This record gives sequence, C-alpha cells and structure tokens, in this order.
Amino acid sequence: MRARLLAMMTCSAMTIAGVAQAETLTIATVNNGDMIRMQKLAGAFTEKHPDIELEWVTLEENVLRQRVTTDIATKGGQYDIMTIGTYEVPIWAAQNWLVPLDFAADYDVDDLLPAIRAGLSMDGTLYAAPFYGESSFVMYRKDLFEEAGLEMPEAPSWDFIGEAARKITDKDNEVYGICLRGKAGWGENMAFLTAMANSFGARWFDMEWKPQFDQPEWKEALQFYIDLMNDAGPPGASSNGFNENLALFQTGKCGMWIDATVAASFVSNPDESQVADKVGFALAPDKGLGKRGNWLWAWSLAVPAGSQKTDAAKTFIAWATSKEYSALVAEKEGWANVPPGTRTSLYENSAYQEAAPFADLTIKSIQAADPTSPTVEDVPYVGVQFVAIPEFQGIGTAVGQQFSAALAGQSSVDQALSNAQALTQREMEKAGYPK
Amino acid sequence: MATLQTRASARLMMTPAVVLLLLWMAVPLAMTLYFSMLRYNLLMPGMEEWAGFLNYRFFLTDPAFLTGLLNTLLLVGGVLLISVGGGILMALLLDQPFFGQGIVRLMVIAPFFVMPTVSALVWKNMLMHPVNGLFAWIARTFGLQPVDWFGEAPLFSIVMIVSWQWLPFATLILLTALQSLDTEQKEAAEMDGAGALSRFIYIVLPHMARAITVVVLIETIFLLSVFAEILVTTNGGPGVQTTTVTYLVYVQALLQFDVGGASAGGIVAVVLANIVAIFLVRLIGKNLE
Repeated sequence: MRARLLAMMTCSAMTIAGVAQAETLTIATVNNGDMIRMQKLAGAFTEKHPDIELEWVTLEENVLRQRVTTDIATKGGQYDIMTIGTYEVPIWAAQNWLVPLDFAADYDVDDLLPAIRAGLSMDGTLYAAPFYGESSFVMYRKDLFEEAGLEMPEAPSWDFIGEAARKITDKDNEVYGICLRGKAGWGENMAFLTAMANSFGARWFDMEWKPQFDQPEWKEALQFYIDLMNDAGPPGASSNGFNENLALFQTGKCGMWIDATVAASFVSNPDESQVADKVGFALAPDKGLGKRGNWLWAWSLAVPAGSQKTDAAKTFIAWATSKEYSALVAEKEGWANVPPGTRTSLYENSAYQEAAPFADLTIKSIQAADPTSPTVEDVPYVGVQFVAIPEFQGIGTAVGQQFSAALAGQSSVDQALSNAQALTQREMEKAGYPK
Repeated sequence: MATLQTRASARLMMTPAVVLLLLWMAVPLAMTLYFSMLRYNLLMPGMEEWAGFLNYRFFLTDPAFLTGLLNTLLLVGGVLLISVGGGILMALLLDQPFFGQGIVRLMVIAPFFVMPTVSALVWKNMLMHPVNGLFAWIARTFGLQPVDWFGEAPLFSIVMIVSWQWLPFATLILLTALQSLDTEQKEAAEMDGAGALSRFIYIVLPHMARAITVVVLIETIFLLSVFAEILVTTNGGPGVQTTTVTYLVYVQALLQFDVGGASAGGIVAVVLANIVAIFLVRLIGKNLE
C-alpha cells in the first residue's frame, strides 16, 4: 500500500515537472482559411514536440496588424510568433525587431521561391519564413466568355479586359463584367490600384521622393479604372474588398475578378463556389510597357526580438513552413489546399499540378513580380503594391479614401488625384523626406 | 452633528480615494499632453524629440479636420433629432393600452442591447447591401434601382444606424417620464375642451422637458465618440465623408502609429467636447435646476 502510494506520488511529481518544463508559444495569426487549417493540424506538431504548447491569437487582418505592430514597437512581448506580411518584414528587420532565422539543412531554404525569399530577407539573412505566397491574376467565367464569343488570352491587355467586361455585363440579370477592389485601405483598393498603375507606367514617388499623382500616367490609370467600374462593375463597389468580391464571384455575379492568386482555390472549390467548374485564369493585364499589373505578397511567420522562447518558436516555424507540412495538408485535405506560392518543389510536383489548375499561372505571376524594380521608371523604394516605408500605411489608406470617393462618384478623378498629391506631399514633409 | 475630530478623521480616510481618483485622471491627461508635444512615431523608435506645437499644427491643418468636425456635429445633431423626435412618438404610442404591450415594449428596447459592431455589420451586409441586402431586394421588387447606401449617402446611412441604436434609450426614458404624468391634469384639460394637439403641446411636452434634457445630454456624450459603426461600415469614406474627429484620431494612432499626432488630436477632441458641453449646459441645462 505504502509502496503504491509512493509510486503514485513519484508519478504525479514527474508529471508536474514535465508540465513545468513545457513551453507555451503564443502565436498571433490572421483569420484566413490557410491559417485556420494550420491550427487544426497543429496536433501533429505538438505530438512530436510534447514540450511545446501552442496558444493561438487569431485576428482579422487589420486588427492583427495593429496588435502586433503596437506590441513589437512598445516591446510588449505578448507574442512569441507573429504573422506578418512582406510590407512589415524589411521595415522591422531594419529596426532589429526580428530574430534572424536559421534552419537545419533538411528545411531546404534554397527551395523557397527567389522572389518571396528576397522579400523576406535583408542583406541575405532570412527574417521571416513564408507560410503562403501570392500574386494577383485574372479569374474569369469561361461560360460567359463563350456566350459572348470572346476568348481570354493567357496574357491579356487592359484594353481587352475593358472591352470584354463591358460586353459580358448584364445588369438586369445581376451579372457584372468585372469586380475590383474599391474599399479604401493600403491593403485593399491601393494594393490593386498601385499594382495596376505600375503597368500604366505610373509610380508613387520619383527618385527625389516627390509624389507623382500629378503625372498623366496616374490620371490615365485611375480614369480607366473608374470608367470601367462605372460601366461594368457591381453597385456599391466602393465598399468592396477582397471578401466582398469573393462572395460576389462565388455566387456568379462577376464575369471577371482580378485579385489574389490564393482566391483561386476558393472559387474553384465546389463546396464553396457556385461557379467552381466554370472558372478560368489568366495573367494580370498589361499596357504593353513591360510591367504587368500584379502584386507580390507573402504571409510569413517571424519571431519578435523580445521573445524568451526563440528556439521553440523557430522549431515551430520550421515545421509550419516545411515540405513536411505541405505533405500533411495534402494527405488530410487534398493537394489543392496546400498553402501555395512559397516553394519551388510544390510547383514541380505533378500531383499538385493536377489538383490545382491555377498552379501554373500562380507561379508565373509570382515570378513576374519584382519588388526591387516594380515600376516602368526607377523608384527609390522597394515593394510592388506598397512602398516599404513606415509612413505608407497612413498615406496609402488616405489616398485610398480619395480614390474610393472618386469611385463612389463623390469626387472627380482630377479632384481625387490633386487631393492625393497634396496629402502625400504633406505627410512626406511631416516625416522629413527626402531622408 | 459632526464634531471637529470626526470631520478631520473623515477627511483623512477619504484622502486615499480622492488622491487615487485624481491620479487616475491626471496622469493619463498629463501624459497625453506630454506626448502631444513630441515627435513620437511607434515605427521609428529612438527618434523621439521635442516638437512643440508641430503635432497640433498638422492635426488642425489636416484637410480632413474641418470635414471631420462638421461630420461629427451633423452626426450628433442628426441622431439627436431622430432619436428624440422618434422617441417622443414611440413613447406616446407605447403609453396607450393595447394587447401584447409588454412584449412590444421589450422588442422596442432590444436594439439597445446589440453591440455596435454587430448591428453595424448586420446593417451593412444584410440590410443596406446594394446587391444582397433587404432594401435592395425591396427596391427591385417594386422595379426600382437599388440604392448604394454607403456610396451615395454615407453619412446619412451612419446616422440611420446610430439612431436605430439610440432610439430605444430615448423611448425608454421618455416613456417613464410620460407615465409619471398625472392623469387628472389631462382629464381636466380635456373637460375644458383642449384638443389632443394642444394637450400634447401645453401639458405633455413641458412635463417631458426634463427627461428630454437628460436624453440629449447623455446621448451627446456618447455620440461625440461614435466609432465602431464608422469603422465597420465605411472606414471613414468614401473620401472623408464619414470621417469624424474620433475617427481621425484613430487614423493617427493605429494606422500611422503616430502617437504624437494622435495625442494632439485627442487633446483637440477633449477641448471641442468641452465647448459642446458648456454650450449644452448653458442652453438646456436650465431645465435640470
């Protein structure tokens, strides 16, 4: 009896000791499909690493950005792993806010797509590991195109897109030729419009950091966008962001949609989309100037410099962004649901190519985007659909407001552009540019 | 009767609470004042420096500031008008005896318990959405073109949503006031041959004056800081058409991470709110004496 009691006590003492050793990682992440899936599958990780416990803080994109930014800037130390984008990484790495990431050889860093890897590195050191990467491209309804006697080329021009959108619009039956982002925000309408403007030869700043909204290229791009949306866009477009357009497209109300490549797996999934079997894909349009209107983005995992659990955090990041994780998703949910856009090997995998009809154009789009030389003319900044300076979040959103007002018909294109020019000039002055 | 000693000891015992309360208010206010004089951006650590009134200059000359001020006033005024006017009507209706009165009263107050974010989401996606919304469906049923509420009449839409939330509060307060009205007075007036309208204007309305003042004062305090409804539905746009002073401060603090600018904006907002408060107390506060 006594021996048994002793044995039990030892046992429980050991369990307590075991619990005391376990480290809890607090992970801040964004609430999109791929990240939610990772949380579901994280059991496979904790089984292998019983000494690490995971605690999730899942937030909507804008809220996440505010939380992690204030946390890291005030050295709050709430999170051990943060989900951040290609915009934040170079800025934060330059402030020494992130822990450099080094992985074991079997992680195969060289397998990461060069464009994505470059976006997440500074001076050759990786500061965040990509969970999924994306560019943007055209998604369109093959049935509507066929009815209208149109054929979508693999690499369409803006003129063709404009013509086709107007042709397939059938407002009486609630079919709108094209759905584009109109909701104000640097990560909403400005992501699309900046990428689009790049292909029109426009840019945010010249080499002296002087705003360029007074140049004819911006006027041409914005006028084209507004006219197109007025003729062929859905009503209320000025409050449509990614999610709103996704819902419109999935319910068969859009003929075309130019947006993130990750949307491809949602619109071609028969469980979620009424038009799953009718969707075709094409590269983002161009204007014949050598740049296409597509962006580059990667949601990535990084360790803030304040974390006390750096090693455990790196172990988790290595798992979540590994080939092993891709294989796990493929096994449980099918190849089409594997996080796209981060590894070359995925695009060489025939099983993936077969399951994901959009794979080929996704990789082509990602490779076509170059954050270090995003525009036709030279610019002093890095970033395709954003300008990688801390002030851009504020300026980008304020300019987005002006453009969204023009879309809503509340101001003219000229007015919106001159307001944008004035407010950008003002903010840059306040921030002390050129530096 | 309190002796000198008990009074002194009472003061002594109250001191910690009073000091704590003072600190509770004074410290944040002092810090905000201090930050508002700094060039302090969260994204540029180590660059903090004394900036004097630079932040104030930039906030007050912001092209969106005057629009924001006007929008704030329009929002507060619009909602007050609708909720007080509607509240009086609803209170008069609910005061009548009818079948199911209890349930109807409960349903009328219901919007007050819905969180602002939730109600804004419901209004945006289920009611006012120009493609999938209920109003658009009704318009199409009658062969009309659906209205793009947040694109064509953004501020009006926000006023509608906020009014919907505050109407129950006004109704509730005004209904209690109405119920405390002595029936004998009304009966006497009726016997003297006063019509329904003059009974309302000369008896009911003066009786409710105090309650109306309370509603106006309380609502103004809360309406000056309406935020969730704007963030969820229009994000201050299109353009700056639904940007209020509160929203501008938010933009400074959490989009630009400019602590200095946001603090300056906060102080400006406090000053403006106090001006409104003084104005209100002067104008209608007399009713409370």
